[in-house]
Amino acid sequence: MYDFIFQFLGVSPQALFGQLLIGLINGAFYALLSLGLAVIFGMLNVINFTHGAQYMMGAFGAWMLLHYLGIPYWGALILVPVIIGAFGILLERLLLSRLYHLDHLYGLLLTFGLALILEGLFRKQYGSSGLPYNNPLPGGIHLGFMFLPWYRGWVVLISIVVCLATWFMIEKTKLGSYLRAATENPTLVRAFGINVPRMMTLTYGFGVGLAALAGVLAAPIYSVNPIMGSNLIIVVFAVVVIGGMGSIMGSIVTGFGLGVIEGLTKVFYPEASNTVIFIIMAIVLLIRPAGLFGTPR
Amino acid sequence: MAETAPLLDARDLNAWYGESHVLHGMTFSVRKGEVVTLLGRNGVGKTTTMRAVMGIVQKRTGSVRFGGTETIGLPSNLIARLGIGYCPEERGIFSSLNVTENLLLPPAVKAGGMSLDEVHKLFPQLKERARSQGTKLSGGEQQMLAIARILRTGAELLLLDEPTEGLAPVIVQQIGAVIRDLKKRGLTVLLVEQNLHFAATVADRHYVVEHGTVVDEFENKDLAANRERLEAHLGV
Repeated sequence: MYDFIFQFLGVSPQALFGQLLIGLINGAFYALLSLGLAVIFGMLNVINFTHGAQYMMGAFGAWMLLHYLGIPYWGALILVPVIIGAFGILLERLLLSRLYHLDHLYGLLLTFGLALILEGLFRKQYGSSGLPYNNPLPGGIHLGFMFLPWYRGWVVLISIVVCLATWFMIEKTKLGSYLRAATENPTLVRAFGINVPRMMTLTYGFGVGLAALAGVLAAPIYSVNPIMGSNLIIVVFAVVVIGGMGSIMGSIVTGFGLGVIEGLTKVFYPEASNTVIFIIMAIVLLIRPAGLFGTPR
Repeated sequence: MAETAPLLDARDLNAWYGESHVLHGMTFSVRKGEVVTLLGRNGVGKTTTMRAVMGIVQKRTGSVRFGGTETIGLPSNLIARLGIGYCPEERGIFSSLNVTENLLLPPAVKAGGMSLDEVHKLFPQLKERARSQGTKLSGGEQQMLAIARILRTGAELLLLDEPTEGLAPVIVQQIGAVIRDLKKRGLTVLLVEQNLHFAATVADRHYVVEHGTVVDEFENKDLAANRERLEAHLGV
């Protein structure tokens, strides 16, 4: 029966499930990165163009901890998001917070400029050919219909867990109710006695930490290289536009969903696999400009 | 009671929105346990006075002392923490929060606030609709919610900005009963009102505001004697 379906589709099950897995992996990175962008945009009203560079710094952070301090992958998984998140907090305090009273555009220009500077610094120091990072979970398991490498399974699993935990924190906890309220009306939340500027700082640090976590997860899969972020971030911005700017569940579902759609496109019509996300973006923008899960502002 | 130092004491309060100078030296005070209104026509600066007390106008000068502490240079979150609860004119119910989340949002700033049970006893509708989205409530219920959420915090002074605006008479009566109840509990209220009839049923004293400054002041018991003067100010 299965054979018949695959014959009918004209693809082998290995190819289909292989691409589905790659789609899920890519989707995991889209989801983690667009989630960070959504959290930052919701609270700070800043389109964080430095996000790709911060993801790249996460990957480099893992590499540097290993090569200079001998700290392995599992240590980096905890330490790097904290370190890069702290770097984000510094950026917010020193630079971004000075722009809140201006138009969105200034925050975007600042973060875009910062991304170029950071990438330039890493390229100068480490070149652009890429550095290898060993897979901490070699091997895998034969599932019958496909081979699942342990590490790839781990990336999908941890991404789903982190995304859902973030969603739960924002939608279901007291802290999250402060975040949601401050997204709507920061002036009033502050007039209730809540230190909103500090919340904004910590939110930026958290979003940046998510990008860095994605970077650490990516290090063993893709080579660690200064432009890895700018290659990915364009697609992630398309994901954010499709999901709806600022929507938490929207960025998670859209991230994974588009990864899978991209993977399936590789199976059935490989020529379109690089453009399918942008075609969907164009269609969504025409039909629902606020995105699939977004509310018009 | 008249001899005690005022809980809130504003002197020569000036405030600006951008370039526009809105308050021109407001001077007024509220003693502990009093209900005091700011009366005046639309656009004379009553709401701006509330916002200036709360520290959410761009620029303000003069002096606002609360319980003896000068607040003119403090950010609004620290002013709130001194013990002031703010209920804004537009009510400020959050659409992404349900009724209970809205109710629990403002953190306790002092001991002695009402428990959730007490708040629910005062406003039974809020218990029935606990899980509804905040902005799905009727206008009257949203107003109740906006008042209810600052009762939990233990704030000693409540700033209520036009709590009766646009509401049905029966709801206005209910809000009046709530304000009298709060006064009995020893809370202090600064109330902005355009509805003179309503103000007369709850307040101890009135200030009349015109062009961003206080132009008249009298006790509620002298209201009848001053009616003509007052109606000239309010243009009713």
